[in-house]
Amino acid sequence: MRQKLIVIGAGMATGRMLEALVEAEADYDITLINGEPRGNYNRIMLSPVLSGEKAYAEIVTHDDEWYKLYKIKTRFGCFVQNIDREKRTVTTDAGEVLPYDKLVFGTGSNPFVIPLPGHDLAGVIAYRDLEDTQRMMDLGPAHKCVVIGGGLLGLEAAAGMAARGVDVTVVHIMGHLMERQLDEAAGYLLRRALVDKGIAVKCTANSKEILGENGRVKALLLDDGTELPCDLLVMAVGIRPNVKLAQDSGLAVGKGIHVDDQMITSDADVLAVGECVEHDGAIFGLVAPLYDQAKVAAQTLMGQQAQFVQKEISTKLKVTGCDLFSAGDFADGEGREDIVFRDPGRGVYRRLVIADNIVKGAVMYGDTADSNWFFGLIRDKTDISDMRDTLIFGPAYQGGTPLDPLAAVAALPRDAEICGCNGICKGQIEEAIAAGATDLGAVRLTTKASGSCGTCTGLVEQVLAVTLGDEFVMPAAAVICGCTDMTHEDVRRMIKSQRLMSMPAVWQECGWKTSCGCHVCRPALNFYLLADWPLEYQDDPQSRFINERKHANIQKDGTFSVVPRMWGGITTPDELRAIADAADKYAVPTVKVTGGQRIDLLGVKGEDLPDIWADLNAAGMVSGHAYSKGLRTVKTCVGTDHCRFGTQDSTGLGIKLEKELWGSWTPHKLKLGVSGCPRNCAEATCKDIGVICVDSGYQVSIGGAAGMDVRETELMVQVATEDEAIDVIKAVTQLYRENAKYLDRIYKWMGKVGLDWIKERVETEGPALVERFELSQSIYRKDPWADHVQTKADRYRPLANLSLEAAE
Amino acid sequence: MSDWIDIAPLENVPQRGARMIKTAFGCIAVFRTAEDEVFALENACPHKAGPLAEGIVHGKSVTCPLHNWVISLETGEAQGADEGRVATYPARVENGSILLDRAFLKARTKGGVAA
Repeated sequence: MRQKLIVIGAGMATGRMLEALVEAEADYDITLINGEPRGNYNRIMLSPVLSGEKAYAEIVTHDDEWYKLYKIKTRFGCFVQNIDREKRTVTTDAGEVLPYDKLVFGTGSNPFVIPLPGHDLAGVIAYRDLEDTQRMMDLGPAHKCVVIGGGLLGLEAAAGMAARGVDVTVVHIMGHLMERQLDEAAGYLLRRALVDKGIAVKCTANSKEILGENGRVKALLLDDGTELPCDLLVMAVGIRPNVKLAQDSGLAVGKGIHVDDQMITSDADVLAVGECVEHDGAIFGLVAPLYDQAKVAAQTLMGQQAQFVQKEISTKLKVTGCDLFSAGDFADGEGREDIVFRDPGRGVYRRLVIADNIVKGAVMYGDTADSNWFFGLIRDKTDISDMRDTLIFGPAYQGGTPLDPLAAVAALPRDAEICGCNGICKGQIEEAIAAGATDLGAVRLTTKASGSCGTCTGLVEQVLAVTLGDEFVMPAAAVICGCTDMTHEDVRRMIKSQRLMSMPAVWQECGWKTSCGCHVCRPALNFYLLADWPLEYQDDPQSRFINERKHANIQKDGTFSVVPRMWGGITTPDELRAIADAADKYAVPTVKVTGGQRIDLLGVKGEDLPDIWADLNAAGMVSGHAYSKGLRTVKTCVGTDHCRFGTQDSTGLGIKLEKELWGSWTPHKLKLGVSGCPRNCAEATCKDIGVICVDSGYQVSIGGAAGMDVRETELMVQVATEDEAIDVIKAVTQLYRENAKYLDRIYKWMGKVGLDWIKERVETEGPALVERFELSQSIYRKDPWADHVQTKADRYRPLANLSLEAAE
Repeated sequence: MSDWIDIAPLENVPQRGARMIKTAFGCIAVFRTAEDEVFALENACPHKAGPLAEGIVHGKSVTCPLHNWVISLETGEAQGADEGRVATYPARVENGSILLDRAFLKARTKGGVAA
């Protein structure tokens, strides 16, 4: 008598297993039970169905004819009520009792639903089966949809709906999309491609609540208060193996249903395949290993020897126009090296992770033609030591020349602005070169490009080099660091003209040679990005020097110094008492008066910082930014309040200036001074910006220094009122922020661009500069101490204390 | 035989960052790279004992906050023209937790600590 086989679940794995069984004419009487009211279809092709590239009929793998042909009995739209493993029977929800000799679980997985308030509203769905797909397809153009989850499934859902004209926003909790498969750089390129398709992408976004109206979803509320209106909300945040039935039947279950190498569960007559299983600690969500399992299960059922072995897997995103590939392991582990290749012009990014001369992982974006070759290297553990130098270029590469440092500029479109001062685009420079301007001077003369502030000189030279080839000899320029062939000025122009708003964007578009920069370029890029895109760019503390990361000055023994702000150098008895109390409480070894008219508490332990700040905050004091490349102090004399020579209220102006400017980040430190008369007791003429009060108003001068170089300021402008003085100072500060090289103080920057250029810009663009300064200050004019006390005090304490832990 | 001590959840150390661990024989710096690898090193630069946990982490290196020596997180060796080495200790991540081998405590009591 033929043995009876019952299969629970018509998914991709069981479908493949059934094919293998009928092909080999296995001696089984088969019954297939499925909860969905249909048979096996190609679930991974739901995305093309959603986007309209395929019809449902095209993705059906087995139709009714097929089941009939192979005499497979079907129970579709039917659920298993319980399993009696002793009697070896399955009872369905229709009350039917079916005996079996062998049973196969293919119960798949359930979408994970975040238990946010409102998750049970109508219009909140997962993306799992044809019903979900149909609801997305039914939404119709001009409706709004929010997708929670920026992984494979979420992005396919988003792209599919966007292709149907739906207004889609993707909300992702992590910093970049598909973080499990992609690194930051590839995540950036993917995001850019999706944004180009009209999909809004919000990363580092925490969902708080799903808002509804009359029982239907209305919007998603993020924990930063943003409300994203939507008619449909798709949760695509992951899947969990569906083990309930197996658990209820008493099978061994962990994350999934435990199976051995033959796909047999803890019961010798029961097998399991697909997303519901756990094999050797791993669970499976991609199709390749599921097919392997299906084959092994079929062979086991037929009494043949077979063994399931976990293999490397690769991922490709099924979104038209987003060509990306990820395989193997590109994280974790010691002794690994990176090979990175970027071609900004074509939007190509490739990264290989190598250990012991073997490729461990690969991430590719933009051009994945060679992905199978790389995947082969990973899978076969090929020794690549002989081809290491040229490996990254792929299999077709033979010998060849080194990477072209001019690639980034060569890739710029003709309408890319090169010279911001004079509005000159790359095309105009190329035309000038074609008309005979073959050196920098000639280009400058005919187009004015690089003729004003001069910061784009490097880019103009590169356009010359790209256009003229060997006929042009590039002058040696100081590049930022070993990570790039570009200068600070080049990169700043690229950030502005190409609207680069994140570090991975800069690394990619400017052809960075390392995966994540270094201690030289990262602080500079962090400043450039936050100065140019205050709203769009999020400050990255990990790219800041320790003093700016921990808002205190590190000392040679690893302790810190703490300097509270004293506005304009004015303090009160209460503030002094609070400082004295703090010095006692935290056993501060040295208390010193600074040159900037403040009090420095030296020798504070790193872990005490949040506590001492909280105490100083409680007395009304905030960070003095004595550690920052930003506004430090505004030094003042006593002015008309007390001094018999004072001409204006210099103390009052100093306090006002400090209250307007504090918290702002600048290329280097920024010190101000306000003296009440030309006797200059506040030493304003050796500050970065100095104000000398005179009877008729205020002389604002810039470019002083009293450090390694000693410089006297030069007069920029004289104005009649305090308000004008404040505006002029804001304008010149913003001009400095937008144009200077990182770590150039004003006098160095002035030496490059000239005082006349600065005067002209402040005069003609003053109000716009002030407005941009104020926009930036709306983010940065706040006390970092209070913020850190509230949000990250833990980070200052030891990660663990093992002082009492025994060695054995 | 390895005996791994569960130190803390991985997320308690920022990416491209570090935190410090106190032991009876001085401090250890635990680093987390952009790729979520973890490394444990003596928290003292071979140059002037600068606290490496406060440095900028890039690739698999850290730059000392005092005088910009670049130290390899994998070998503890100073990079470039500088010469010196700090002790490294086995560290790994499992189920989202940072684990250190208890042997490192033993190594330190035997005088494995950099002066």
